Amino acid sequence: MTTLPSSTSSVRDGGATAPILSVEDLFVEFRTRENTVNAVNGISYTVSQGETLAILGESGSGKSVSAQAIMGILDMPPAVIPKGEIWFEGRNLLTLPEEEGRKVRGPGISMIFQDALSSLNPVYSVGFQIGEMFRAHRGSSKKEAKQHAVELMDRVRIPAAAQRVNDYPHQFSGGMRQRVMIAMAIALDPKILIADEPTTALDVTVQAQVMDLLKDLQRETGMGLVLITHDLGVVNEVADNVAVMYAGRIVERGTVDDVFTSPAHPYTEGLMNSVPNVEVKGGRLQPITGQPPNLSKIPSGCPFHPRCARRRLGADALPGRDCAGDRPPLRLVVPGREAACHYSEEVLGV
Amino acid sequence: MSEPTGATAASAAPDATDVESALPPAPPPGAPLLEIRGLKKYFPLTQGIVFKRTIGHVRAVDGVDLTLRRGETLGLVGESGCGKSTVSKLLVALEKPTDGSILYKGRDVAKMGGRALKQYRREVQIIFQDPYASLNPRMTVGDIVAEGWSVHADIAPRKGRLKRTQELMDRVGLNPDFVNRYPHQFSGGQRQRIGIARALALQPEIIVCDEPVSALDVSVQAQVVNLLEDLQDDFGLSYLFIAHDLSVVRHISDRVAVMYLGSVVEEGTDAQVYGSPSHPYTQALLSSVPLHEPHLRGQKDRILLQGDVPSPANPPSGCRFRTRCWKAQDICAVEPPALVDRGQGHPAACHFAEAREIVPVDVD
Repeated sequence: MTTLPSSTSSVRDGGATAPILSVEDLFVEFRTRENTVNAVNGISYTVSQGETLAILGESGSGKSVSAQAIMGILDMPPAVIPKGEIWFEGRNLLTLPEEEGRKVRGPGISMIFQDALSSLNPVYSVGFQIGEMFRAHRGSSKKEAKQHAVELMDRVRIPAAAQRVNDYPHQFSGGMRQRVMIAMAIALDPKILIADEPTTALDVTVQAQVMDLLKDLQRETGMGLVLITHDLGVVNEVADNVAVMYAGRIVERGTVDDVFTSPAHPYTEGLMNSVPNVEVKGGRLQPITGQPPNLSKIPSGCPFHPRCARRRLGADALPGRDCAGDRPPLRLVVPGREAACHYSEEVLGV
Repeated sequence: MSEPTGATAASAAPDATDVESALPPAPPPGAPLLEIRGLKKYFPLTQGIVFKRTIGHVRAVDGVDLTLRRGETLGLVGESGCGKSTVSKLLVALEKPTDGSILYKGRDVAKMGGRALKQYRREVQIIFQDPYASLNPRMTVGDIVAEGWSVHADIAPRKGRLKRTQELMDRVGLNPDFVNRYPHQFSGGQRQRIGIARALALQPEIIVCDEPVSALDVSVQAQVVNLLEDLQDDFGLSYLFIAHDLSVVRHISDRVAVMYLGSVVEEGTDAQVYGSPSHPYTQALLSSVPLHEPHLRGQKDRILLQGDVPSPANPPSGCRFRTRCWKAQDICAVEPPALVDRGQGHPAACHFAEAREIVPVDVD
């Protein structure tokens, strides 16, 4: 509880520069008549120029909700942000008036979604939708906007862009639609691109094309990339740093190499053991037992303890470190690595 | 580990029931149980509202040969639209094939009469991808699991059905006390277990698993995969495991077939297909799979395919893959390559098949 500064600079090695985006102690709840769902429970992270930060978690871990809070696209109510700060270009996005926030986010932070078909408007041509960025934020004329749209479609490698600019979303394949959305997202050269499961709905060969495109665009523009995913392989191949989320908290954070080589949190360890990989045909999978927690009734102590193979309860626990009673803070375990587990040293074997 | 509870263990042994069999008994383990020969399924494309004219066909499955041996798991991989789900529907007789045959225990399914077909449908069960859409929300779990017995009444005597249902639920890892609950009271992984219990209830020989874990969370996937493996060992089941996740397929399969645009392009043991892929499409597919080990990153050949899969309504002449293939020559446009061994150790449908290591093998 005491040792943690709200944003730790020790882990970042993506870029030497100061962070562009900084999320500090963010909480998001959904209040309904029956109960309150605690979707995000005090997460902090930063993204620097050129860095790729992966946020890894299962459904219900709060990874998408935290991104929606950054973008200001949560439905409020039912969503409430009781606490937290989101700093971008020297301003706290959560305190800005709506119109002001839109002006900052519009050109600065953009987001792409998993389901490109439902994220695009079916009754407007893709050229019109890409061009909207220029009309809304740059005051371009319709003709200029369309010209820009063609250039962008070229940049995201949509073949025959000039001919396809007037086509509608349903006329594109899944991979091409995702490219249209990427074109919209990079239109105004954002500093931060948030990609929420960008390739989950795509086939593996198309996934490889889209991830390559995102990496190339990042190299060209130096934007920071926040990649939200549940796919360990994608994280390993494209990210610099990774934050693992469980029950609305970050439970482990570090460079991808470190975390994937030797996880420091039992949940991360469990994920790695439960997923088969294509490199080796291993023996029996070791699943994590039980189900992800209900976010309106998060277990006491460590939220992972009911499913944890390494939990220590009652007399087995060290003083003040009972997994069912004492909530473990996210703490520095070894240089460059934070984990929210009382017994991370044991998991790491140090 | 496995302690099959009571009557549930009664089961796959052909003599376990006193049912008068319309089909021959199952062959010994390792012998072909199901053979698919030249299977085709074309869906008509129509135009007009009152006077429908057929203007073409979507060739969803276009000449597939597969053999499923007793007790093995055959993995079928491919990207969306390659026809793998249509194969599963043809197998469980939800669709009629346009051409070709499915031989089960040596008998042609298309020529089976009422009684034999009924038994075939009992012995070949299916688990669907979406555990939310494939369970009737108005039926209790007990009713869902027991529903098959209203058609195949001889399997479970009316009296002991509740007990039998609870035993099945216990076997797949569900609390038997929940027999009167409804599907919405269960999580995705638990629902998939309900689907598995429903399939098991009819004492099948074969379970067609159509993307059984792709809708589940990562940490829950492994639970279901392990359950499927245990059930196979206990009941001697054969699986046709259809999935797009190459890692899961490698894990569970004894043999693997790769499909592209309605036909099988490569087939072999999991070690052959993953270790020495010989068809350019298989190579491209494997090279796209992200690796999990940091120290192997960047060590595999990247083959980025250009463009999209052509329309199955108008597939390319000759080899289906030639429009995206870097090896394509004139012959590829003329002559469809046969699925045969060209010296690489296992069959591949490419004129220029050549084994190549794509996925680096982890040494430690």
